[in-house]
Amino acid sequence: MAEVLKLEQIKKSYNLGTAVETEVLHGIDLSMQSGDFLALMGPSGSGKSTLLNIIGLLDRPTSGRLLINAQDTGRLGDAALTRLRGETIGFIFQYHYLISAFTAHENVMMPMLVDRGHPDAEMAKRADVLLERVGLSRWRNNNAMNMSGGQQQRVAIARALAMNPDLVLADEPTGNLDTKSANAVFELMREINRERGTTFLLVTHNDDLAKRCDRIVQVVDGSLAT
Amino acid sequence: MNRWLPFEWIAAVRFLLEGLLQTLVILGGIAIGVGVIVFMSAMLAGLQANFIKRVLTSQPQIQLIPLDQVARPLRNAKGTIEAPIVQRPTQRVLSIDQWQKIRDEMQARPDVVTVAPTASGSGLALRGDANRAITLTGMEPENYFNIVRVPDYIVAGDAQVTSEGILVGTELANNLGASLGDKINVTTAQGGNRILTITGIFDLGNKGANQRSTFVTLRTAQSLLGLIGGVTTLDLTVTDIYAAENIARDIQASHPVEADSWIKTNAQFFTAVQAQQNSNTLIRAFVGLSVAFGIAAVLIVSVIQRSKDIGILRAMGTKREQILRVFLIQGGILGFLGSLVGSVLGAGALILWHSVARQVDGSELFPLIIESQLFVYSAALATLTGVIAAIAPALRAARLDPVVAIRG
Ligand SMILES: Nc1ncnc2c1ncn2[C@@H]1O[C@H](COP(=O)(O)OP(=O)(O)OP(=O)(O)O)[C@@H](O)[C@H]1O
Ligand SMILES: [Mg+2]
Repeated sequence: MAEVLKLEQIKKSYNLGTAVETEVLHGIDLSMQSGDFLALMGPSGSGKSTLLNIIGLLDRPTSGRLLINAQDTGRLGDAALTRLRGETIGFIFQYHYLISAFTAHENVMMPMLVDRGHPDAEMAKRADVLLERVGLSRWRNNNAMNMSGGQQQRVAIARALAMNPDLVLADEPTGNLDTKSANAVFELMREINRERGTTFLLVTHNDDLAKRCDRIVQVVDGSLAT
Repeated sequence: MNRWLPFEWIAAVRFLLEGLLQTLVILGGIAIGVGVIVFMSAMLAGLQANFIKRVLTSQPQIQLIPLDQVARPLRNAKGTIEAPIVQRPTQRVLSIDQWQKIRDEMQARPDVVTVAPTASGSGLALRGDANRAITLTGMEPENYFNIVRVPDYIVAGDAQVTSEGILVGTELANNLGASLGDKINVTTAQGGNRILTITGIFDLGNKGANQRSTFVTLRTAQSLLGLIGGVTTLDLTVTDIYAAENIARDIQASHPVEADSWIKTNAQFFTAVQAQQNSNTLIRAFVGLSVAFGIAAVLIVSVIQRSKDIGILRAMGTKREQILRVFLIQGGILGFLGSLVGSVLGAGALILWHSVARQVDGSELFPLIIESQLFVYSAALATLTGVIAAIAPALRAARLDPVVAIRG
C-alpha cells in the first residue's frame, strides 16, 4: 500500500519573531496509507484546522517535512503547491460549502474547469456522474444556495472528488448538520472510501462518527495522543 | 456554461450577474460619465466644425500678397551722410511680381487645392445722389467661388458675373437704393470709371461685409484699378487646413511674396479653440478618474464579499493569476458595457439638444456630428480604464491567503 501522506516533526508557530509568538503544533508525526479513513479529534483550539491546512498545502509549516505521495513539498514554490493541491487533494469545509454564483452541477465541474481552463463535455458528464453518486441529480441546475445544508455538503463531496484526488480533507464536514444529515453525509464518504479507495482525513467532534472510522488520532494542545 | 469562454470569463460574468444591483449601479455611474464625455466631445466638435466651416467658406486659407515696399536710402559716394530719417513709403496698390509663374507653381504643389488670382482695391459706388465706399474684388469665378462660396449667399439674381456686371451686398444695394438689374457707377482713385449692372445681390451674414464687398470679373477690376495684367493677391485653399500655417511659411520662404494663413489671421479663434480643448481634456480626465474610482470601489467591496469563494477556488487549485484575471475582466466588462450604455445616452442627449438648441435665426446651433470613431474610442478607453481600475482589487484578490479567507 502506498503512503499517501507522511508528516515528520511538523511544527507551526504564529507571529514568528514577535513577543506574542505561539507554537500551535509541536512536532507532529503522522502517516496515512492509501485507502485510510482517519478521524482527527481533539478539543477546540488544539490545532486540528491548522494541521489540516498544512496537509492541504494551504499553509506552510514553520518546520518539519510534509510528503505527499512520497514527494517532499518543502521546496515547492507557490505555483507548484497550487498545482499539486488541485491534482491530489480535495477539500470539504464546515460552513462555506459552495460558490453561490454557480449551480450544483457547475460547482462540481469547477475543479476540472479551473484545471483545464475551458469547459468541455467530458467534465460536464463527470460532474453528472458524481452528482448521481451523491444522489442529487435532480438538483443539478439548482443554485447552490437553494439547497439544505446536508445537500450542499453532498455536492461539496462530489466536488472534492471531481479531480479524482488521492486525499480528501474534511474539516468538520458534519459539524453544522442535524444528526440525520450528518449520518448520511458521513456514510456517503465512507462508501466512497470503500468503493474507490479514496483516502479521507476527517476532523470531527462527533464520537459516534469517529468510532466508525478506521483509525482515530487525537490532537491535544498541538501534539498527537494516539 | 459557454463552451468557448475560459474559466476566468465565466467566473467574471457570473460574479457580476450575482451582484446584479451593484453591477447596475456602477454601470449607471460609468454610463453617465461616458455619456457626458461623448455628448461634450461631439458638441464641441460640432461647434468647432461649424465655426471652421463658416470661416473657410468666406475666406481663403492662405493669401499671397506682394511684399511691403521698403524705402532704400540712396548712397552716393564714399563719405556721404545718409538721410537721418527714412520715411516708410506709402503702400500703393501693386501687382504681385510674375504672378502667373507663382500661380502655376502653387497649382503644382500637392498640398494646394485651388489657386485664385484676384485684383482688389477700393473704389466708390455712385448712383444718383448716393455714393458709398466699396472694396472691389476682381476674380475668376471658376476659381474664386471654390474658395469664397459667394453663390451660396446669393439672395437675388445669380452669381454669374459678366465684364459689365457686379455682385453687391444687400446693405450696399439698400444704401444705393438699387436693386437687381440697376446700373451703378464705379470709380477708383486710379482714375478708373465704369458703369456696371447689378447681376446678383448676396448676404454674407455680416453687415460690414454686405456694405463694402463687391465682386467683378478680374479684367474689369484690373482696368478699374489700373493694374492691367496684374493681380494683388493669390488666394489658396489647401488639402489640410490645419497645415495652412506651415504651408504659408514654406511658400513665403521660397517666393517673393508675403503668405498669410487663415490660422494667423484668426489667431483669436484658435486661442479659443485651444482653451476649449484644454478644458475638455481636463473634464474628460476627471470624469475618467471618478469612473475609475467607482469601478475600483465596487470591485474592492466585491473582493471582500467574495473572499470565501476566492478561498475555496484557491483550495481547489485555482492559480493566483486566474483569480487576478477574473477581477481584471470584471473591470473591463464594467468599463465596456458602461461605455456602450453611455454612448447611447450621450448620442441621445446630443440628438435631443440638437433639435432643441437653435440659433437666433432658427438654424442649428451646431451640426450633428456623430462619428462612430468617437464611440469606438470611448469604448476602448473605458474598457482600459476598467481594467486599470481593477488592478488594485484584483491584486488584493489574488494575494488573499486562502487560510484566512476560509476561516472567515
Ligand atoms: N493566524 C493565527 N494567528 C495566531 N494564532 C492562530 C492563528 N490561527 C490559529 N491560531 C491559533 O492556533 C490554535 C489552533 O487553532 P485551530 O483553528 O487549528 O484549532 P482547532 O483545533 O481547529 O479548533 P476548533 O475545533 O475550534 O476548530 C488556536 O489557539 C488559535 O487561536
Ligand atoms: Mg478548526
